[in-house]
Amino acid sequence: MTTVLTAGLGLKPQHYDAALACPADGLWFEVHPENYMVAGGPRLAWLEAIRTRHPVSLHGVALSLAADCEPDPDHVARLAELACRIEPALISEHLAWSTWRGAYHPDLLPFPRTGEALTRIADNVSRAQDALGRRIAIENPSHYLKIDGHAWNEIGFLSELARRTGCGLLLDVNNVYVSAPNLGYSAETYVDAFPTGPVMEIHLAGHTPDPNLGDALLVDSHDAPVASEVWALYERLIRRTGPRPTLIERDDKLPDFATLLAERQHADAVLRAPLARAA
Amino acid sequence: MNSLRPGALARFQDAFAQALLTPGLTAAPDVGTLAAQPAFAVYRNTVVKGCIDALQANYPVVARLVGEEWFRAAAAIYVREELPTDPTLLRYGSSFADFLARFEPAADLPYLPGAARLDRLWTEAHAAADEEALDPAAVARLAPEELAGVTLHPHVAARWAWFEEAPIYTIWARNRADSVADDDIDWRPEGALLVRPRDTVRWLSLDAAGCTFLDACAAGSTLAGAAQEALQAKDDADISRLMATLLGVGAFGRMSHSDDRLKKETFP
Repeated sequence: MTTVLTAGLGLKPQHYDAALACPADGLWFEVHPENYMVAGGPRLAWLEAIRTRHPVSLHGVALSLAADCEPDPDHVARLAELACRIEPALISEHLAWSTWRGAYHPDLLPFPRTGEALTRIADNVSRAQDALGRRIAIENPSHYLKIDGHAWNEIGFLSELARRTGCGLLLDVNNVYVSAPNLGYSAETYVDAFPTGPVMEIHLAGHTPDPNLGDALLVDSHDAPVASEVWALYERLIRRTGPRPTLIERDDKLPDFATLLAERQHADAVLRAPLARAA
Repeated sequence: MNSLRPGALARFQDAFAQALLTPGLTAAPDVGTLAAQPAFAVYRNTVVKGCIDALQANYPVVARLVGEEWFRAAAAIYVREELPTDPTLLRYGSSFADFLARFEPAADLPYLPGAARLDRLWTEAHAAADEEALDPAAVARLAPEELAGVTLHPHVAARWAWFEEAPIYTIWARNRADSVADDDIDWRPEGALLVRPRDTVRWLSLDAAGCTFLDACAAGSTLAGAAQEALQAKDDADISRLMATLLGVGAFGRMSHSDDRLKKETFP
């Protein structure tokens, strides 16, 4: 990776013009590659234009690495083609499955973390890295269900996956914050135990209580500002890891670009704090 | 632990995927306790909502014609019949027009499948490969006898369709463009052409001659052959004017000269 990334923003089509024009120092953008897997037209042209001004990260949602089958070779090929075209600063995916027996379920679905699953996922991550010719980062998803039959805890599973495949990790702090009360563990303990070495990227986002179950179930909705508790967790993490590329995700109830940029500046200030202390 | 035998991951995924889309069904043992947890609904809702949102984005005119509530209810039924097979959700819903054509509650909206087809053609034009549109001047420079034997290839993003039963183009165009026109629609057959020579998809109405002409061009006919077919479709067609229109909007990508230069063809 040649570009040093600081704090970035998820990029939505509504913000293309503002994003393209934004002069913020070190600003980078992340997109879902699936939205740009087209032969041509304005979508690709927009992304290429952004790429001429800012680093871009491809954050995939559909490699379905945790499915008990190889990733769809056509999808992998399209991802590789887009990566060739955009030359992203980072490529990431999720510890989850979505495509199964030819059907795509637009979500990040859970699974029991068994030895069998680890073998399969390590094989899938290796295939993806081979096809892309680079290291990718794997993200901890949000959890809602108490699944029986886990042989590994998530941190142990991700660490072993990184060890076996050489992949990096993407730590989504909001996902930890949401999953902790949903499954009954401590978010602080999780963040403190996460291996810092493989962390290539950090995600921050907003969440909301489930409309039916209320605070008994937090949902990783990406439709709100980053919560103060999540900022605190993030600062706790950065004190341990030092600066790492950090991205604010926002997919719904989109505010104007300036509002998102202010959140991004917040993350940027947190990232610069350890540097300031060291200076 | 290890209650899960080899192959357990696949069985888990089979059962989970089934439980996602068939809430009434008692879930298979592998996920029975999971599907019973209230939080399982988060996954159900996210999957179904993701598909419906994609359909609503891909079929904006259909959604406008029937209203959001009706659209989303119909889309929810479609989703259960046909999940996406491609994670690029822009391409989801290729059979939605056919679904609407056999969807009982839409029986009194006979123009709906046609509107869906045009929504689909818009998406295809929008996401098609880039190609420089054929310069009308390059065609104008050809001598008449040369012109007759040339083949004009439709632009890679150009899409067209003929609707025999209803003025689909007028209905679609009014609702696509937020038009305020409320004058009566003349109930007649109509064709439509969508082009995207550069960034933006544009559309225009096309008569039977125009649609036939483009069909012939796409099939590789020479200009003379395409013109003849167009005149058969509509005997008073003004071919020069049609060509000027098509070239002007960027409906062609390139031209090639027929190998069979000896064949005598004249441009009507």
